[in-house]
Amino acid sequence: MTSVLYDVPGPAARRRSRVWSAVGAVVVVGLVAAALARLASQGALAPEAWSPLADPDVWTFLLEGLLATLRAAALAAVLAAALGFVLAVLRRSSLSPVRWLAAAVVEVFRGLPVVLLMFLGVIALGLSIFQGVVFGLVVYNAAVIAEVLRAGIAGLPRGQGEAAEAIGMSRFQVLSVVLLPQAVRTMLPTLVSQFVVLLKDTSLGYIVGYAELLRHSRLMAEFFGSDARLPMFVVAAALYITVNFLLGRLAVHLERRGSSTGASGRSLRRRLLGGTSTAGAGAAGAER
Amino acid sequence: MDAVLENLPLYWQGFRTTLGLTLASALVSLVLGTVLAACRVSPTPVLRAFGTTYVELVRNTPLTVVFYGVTFVMPLVLLGLDPLPGAVLALSLYTSPFVCEVIRSGVNAIPVGQAEAARSLGMTFGQTLTTVVLPQSVRGVLPPLVNVFIALTKNSSVAGGGFYVFELFGVARRLPNDYPADIYWLLAGVALAYLVITIPAGQLVGVLERKVAVLR
Repeated sequence: MTSVLYDVPGPAARRRSRVWSAVGAVVVVGLVAAALARLASQGALAPEAWSPLADPDVWTFLLEGLLATLRAAALAAVLAAALGFVLAVLRRSSLSPVRWLAAAVVEVFRGLPVVLLMFLGVIALGLSIFQGVVFGLVVYNAAVIAEVLRAGIAGLPRGQGEAAEAIGMSRFQVLSVVLLPQAVRTMLPTLVSQFVVLLKDTSLGYIVGYAELLRHSRLMAEFFGSDARLPMFVVAAALYITVNFLLGRLAVHLERRGSSTGASGRSLRRRLLGGTSTAGAGAAGAER
Repeated sequence: MDAVLENLPLYWQGFRTTLGLTLASALVSLVLGTVLAACRVSPTPVLRAFGTTYVELVRNTPLTVVFYGVTFVMPLVLLGLDPLPGAVLALSLYTSPFVCEVIRSGVNAIPVGQAEAARSLGMTFGQTLTTVVLPQSVRGVLPPLVNVFIALTKNSSVAGGGFYVFELFGVARRLPNDYPADIYWLLAGVALAYLVITIPAGQLVGVLERKVAVLR
């Protein structure tokens, strides 16, 4: 593998690299060994500590937690997408008070912690715990999605909206038929990474008492005693990482697909119109 | 409303803790993230592999899980930390991969000729990175970096949610018990305290972005 930051390694550089690799490997192995030794001395690696994981009921219980996580995340994702679209449309309304109000809603809810919104839903609005968790996720992520869509629309070539107006489309038609579909397409990777963020944020439900994966892992640890805390934690973390990693792969895949077709589409547009477009404003806009 | 005014000192205490927690974690994660980014672009395969693994693992772990690990699992198996240093550790561990990715994309955005020129002068990888590429990438990296730190500000609320740190979210959890009738005012006060940090910071990002765009 070559990089512009360093030359293709010669004999001396390769030797140095091998030495550093060895040193690095020794340090990492040493740290892992030290950690394992420490764990072993605490009895955390004893088979008894990990034996609860052989019990299928434990797995059923943990997977129920994962299911609760996914259920809240899925419902919140759908509602947040819908509300995000509504907010994005309202931000382009012809009535300035509506525009102003939508912008204020987006700014305020984007700037608040999700836990606080969940907490607000549960203790102030009197929602059930599940509804409160979904409420927090929906309100926050709808604001972020509205902002992502706004950025996507702003990144489209001006001619798109102008052409649509020129053929007599109404304001709403311009938005729903011409601008939003293109904005969704260019911002798809960002939207998917935002759904990864949403899924991760579902774990905040732990704080307001929602019985999700982390809570179930904790309950299991309490049931089996503190020796089981590490195994249960490792399983919960591994489940979260696996699910999020898969969703993240999907985002990367969409980005690749989008950028290959999108790039040819862009160059075609540039050739036809002689203008430059700034499509693909970036997948970096997700807010964790 | 009166409940908020009566408890202004408590709000102030929470606000200061949130701010301190955010700044300390921002500093630590900036250092960690820069080291990680250097690992990810380095010529040594082991370091690259380490950087990539760390980023992929931690980025996909929810912050609550990180906090749970630092607060409840680490004392059993490694060592226990006080709540405040523990919170800084958890927030820094969680934020550093995001900082790393921002810096790495900043490094990648520097024109190839810069690094090539440095190399043709005989500079080593370390010299190329620290004296030529990283200083130039600062400008482009600043806006997304501030965005990461805005997210960090909001994320610091997790510390107050059952992890024994009394910051703004801790205020939101404690006060409604004492003044159940004023719950909306109390929560609005906490929300306002967060917005005082996040909205101006968001404006700053906009200003920085415009500056960067003009200068390029």
